[in-house]
Amino acid sequence: MIPHIRNFSIIAHIDHGKSTLADRLLERTGAISARDMKEQLLDSMDLERERGITIKAQAVRLAYDAPDGIQYELNIIDTPGHVDFTYEVSRSLDAVEGALLVVDASQGVEAQTLANTYLAIEAGLEIIPVMNKIDLPAAEPERVAKEVAGVLGGSPDEVIAISAKTGAGIDELLEAIVDRLPPPEGLESDPLRALIFDSYFDTYRGVVCYVRIKDGVLSKGDRVRFMATNNVEGADEVGILTPAAVPVASLGPGESGYLITGIKEIDRVRVGDTVTRIDHPATQALPGYKEPKPMVFSGLFPSVGDDFERLRDALEKLRLNDSALQYEPETSTALGFGFRCGFLGLLHMEIVRERLEREFDLDLVATAPSVAFKAFTTAGATIDVRSPQDLPAANQLDHIDEPYVKVMVISPSEYIGTIMDLAQSKRGEMGKLTYLSPERVEIDYELPLAEVVFDFFDALKSRTRGYASLDYEPSEYRTSNLVRVDVLLNNQPVDAFSAIVHKDRAYNYGSAMTKRLRELIPRQLFDVPIQAAIGGRIIARETVKAKRKDVTAKCYGGDISRKRKLLEKQKEGKKRMKMVGSVEVPQEAFVSALQIDTDG
Amino acid sequence: MAEPALVDVAERAAGYLGAYVHIPFCEAICPYCDFAVVSGRDGEVVRYLSAVVKEISSSEPIRPVDAVFVGGGTPSHVTGLADVLDAIRKRHGIARDAEITLEANPEDWSDDKAVDLRAAGFTRVSFGAQSYDPIVLDYLGRRHTADQIDLAVTSVKRAGFNSVSLDLIFGSPIESDRSWSGTLERAVGIDPDHISTYALTVERGTELSRLVNRGATAPDADVQAQRYEMAEEYLGGAGYRRYEVSNYARPGHECRYNLTAWAQGEYMAFGMGAHGHLGGVRFRNVRKLDAYLDAIERDAIARAGEEWIGGANGDRADGSDEERVVLGLRRTSGIAMDDVAASFLRHPAGGRLVEAGVIAARNGRLVVLKPLLTDEVCASFLASRS
Repeated sequence: MIPHIRNFSIIAHIDHGKSTLADRLLERTGAISARDMKEQLLDSMDLERERGITIKAQAVRLAYDAPDGIQYELNIIDTPGHVDFTYEVSRSLDAVEGALLVVDASQGVEAQTLANTYLAIEAGLEIIPVMNKIDLPAAEPERVAKEVAGVLGGSPDEVIAISAKTGAGIDELLEAIVDRLPPPEGLESDPLRALIFDSYFDTYRGVVCYVRIKDGVLSKGDRVRFMATNNVEGADEVGILTPAAVPVASLGPGESGYLITGIKEIDRVRVGDTVTRIDHPATQALPGYKEPKPMVFSGLFPSVGDDFERLRDALEKLRLNDSALQYEPETSTALGFGFRCGFLGLLHMEIVRERLEREFDLDLVATAPSVAFKAFTTAGATIDVRSPQDLPAANQLDHIDEPYVKVMVISPSEYIGTIMDLAQSKRGEMGKLTYLSPERVEIDYELPLAEVVFDFFDALKSRTRGYASLDYEPSEYRTSNLVRVDVLLNNQPVDAFSAIVHKDRAYNYGSAMTKRLRELIPRQLFDVPIQAAIGGRIIARETVKAKRKDVTAKCYGGDISRKRKLLEKQKEGKKRMKMVGSVEVPQEAFVSALQIDTDG
Repeated sequence: MAEPALVDVAERAAGYLGAYVHIPFCEAICPYCDFAVVSGRDGEVVRYLSAVVKEISSSEPIRPVDAVFVGGGTPSHVTGLADVLDAIRKRHGIARDAEITLEANPEDWSDDKAVDLRAAGFTRVSFGAQSYDPIVLDYLGRRHTADQIDLAVTSVKRAGFNSVSLDLIFGSPIESDRSWSGTLERAVGIDPDHISTYALTVERGTELSRLVNRGATAPDADVQAQRYEMAEEYLGGAGYRRYEVSNYARPGHECRYNLTAWAQGEYMAFGMGAHGHLGGVRFRNVRKLDAYLDAIERDAIARAGEEWIGGANGDRADGSDEERVVLGLRRTSGIAMDDVAASFLRHPAGGRLVEAGVIAARNGRLVVLKPLLTDEVCASFLASRS
């Protein structure tokens, strides 16, 4: 036991005040003066600040002088607040003994918070329920306290009411942290086992690992081994975050801090890995390490062909800080050269796209997101399908499995019917339905990830007027009746528009795409059939009728200069066309066609 | 098709010298018209004609002209055009077999006018007939009747002109197939030597374009294509030979002045808003009546701008070649199969057009088989060059 240390995380829904609370704790313990404080210090990335979410975990050490006369060392390990980053959340939770569950006093528990709370309970953490924003006029402290107590199975009296904004209740909270959370365990004499719960790339220092010491001691100058990757490195620097990085001679059991080695490549450090010492090695790594697994895939193409190299550079730079981002070059007849990218989820995908466009000034076209299907061939082989193009030909295909996810929806109870209709239309299988309070309900579903990725979340939000919240976690692969719908332009398949969809939705997809393309593709010298097909079977067809007349009626002596100018314009238009077989298609047509809601 | 006689007529025009005279005065401005025109300024006619005579008389003498075109506006709306022809004759000379065209409105015509204008030297009259259907005439803002067209044509024939031509406009939204075939039948029935058929075009800045922008029905390109084909079939059957996208003539009655323009030949330009082409330069006069009068009366030139059609380095080849092809392909006889034409045929863009039956090599010429797609051909040609 290390009695003066408390390690904890803060679990909160977006906007429920996690960052403000962290700031307040920092301020109250004097780690940082109120004046120097950047509003919401922990969320440092611009995008995080704007969206009010945390993407990367962060750690900070506070010195708290308690009324009992003892100075406690409090380590806050911040966790990402989104479903895409569950793996990071669970690694952060492994680095602490307790968690603050922060709930907005006017809103109550949300799905994301609940999911993370369950993770914390599974990890054996002690949880302190905290009700924030009690200063708001809309606050309903009694109702929310009851709801929180219901979720945790305790008494409403255990819920600590605070306002991170005004500072009310902060002292009580600090006391509860010291009283209720258990101190860490671990022996200095044991072999070193340090859990890497996050890492980031620093241009000057290389890879910086955030570590929590479980057993033993990590000192500057130690030779250490990363147990999953088997890299041996020197500990060039160890330190703590106050939140400024302060080098220290060593970190002992129960402590958190950072480790810098000579490693320059982010892939060589895995979050969840265990660091041990060469001279006094642990035989067994800490449990819980997993390879990050992309769940959602999308092709990213520069809208301007010349930007391909810039896109490659940008992806390389992003990956330095985001080892979950995967990409490989992809060529599309319609969109040219780009990359097939793998993401942890939809938010991760959106964040990467946004960062590429904003921080690297790229103009991108993204193909419809797809999930990782598994195709089984008649010859008995299994193929990972990350793009419709990976799918084997129909005559070699035995069946396709698709990933399902466990989805948890929390919503005001009046929307139960709406949510059930929606989930059913998305091939959902309902699990249990739990009333958290008379007004709020938790509904569990098994849903194909492809449906969730496609538009489930948006549909849920709009049908419940924004009141429902959603969380999901990977479940299992199931065999589904999936087909690849190809879109053919003048009998030639256009790869960017192929999609793997459930058989029941194939017609809607095919007819929406063909209709849209008919509007977007200019008339040619001949009739251009636009077809949607499953294998050799045409399921939808439109025709762009041949252009019959474009000539100007008059071109006499006085019209010649003007005529030339008009033709020059037409010529420039022609030069921007892409040839798909013998059909001229403006790049913009591909871009607009990909932006449609193809739910039909 | 590239009948040898037509090729001959078309190519000979490259060596002609033309003269264009613009008469901007109109009784009223038609809703579809975007030409340099004025109405309600008839008080300036005399002053304007003297300015034109002055402009002609102070122009650089070149050689006798082969084709004169007095266009408008409505030249038949004014009197005094004999002075204009005299001025050209005096300054430049007019070739003995020259074509001298006057544009006219049927409602202005009379037998006396016919006699006077023939005596002044005009050899050809082109009437803005537009339609024989009273509903279409009304839609187009025209003030004549179908019968007035026939009377005017008969009068011109009687007065001994070489050629009489009718302009027709098709494809207005209120026109039907029946209306258009009726117009074609009556036009052919009065037996003009030349017929121009124009698809109604909504030009920017016109009353028609304002109406369309406010929600009035716009002409439909596919309907116009169908009407175009009706005209081609009907007029072809009646012995009129199409020699350009919109122009038909009985053999020997092709408009020389216009053939000169399509052959990239030279022409002088007089009057407000008139365009000319001399020595590799395309130029135009100011488009406003007062500015024109003012410039000429101050002994200045009325030039509003000019453009060298060759390459930037003074080499005429490039821009000139491109223009020559773009103009020449409007003719049924197409262009000679020289290096420029041959290399277009070898280019994938040219190949696609051949495959689609839009262009072809015929009798040593490159011709457009689907005249309605001439702009597509020209844009592809230009794109293939860069």
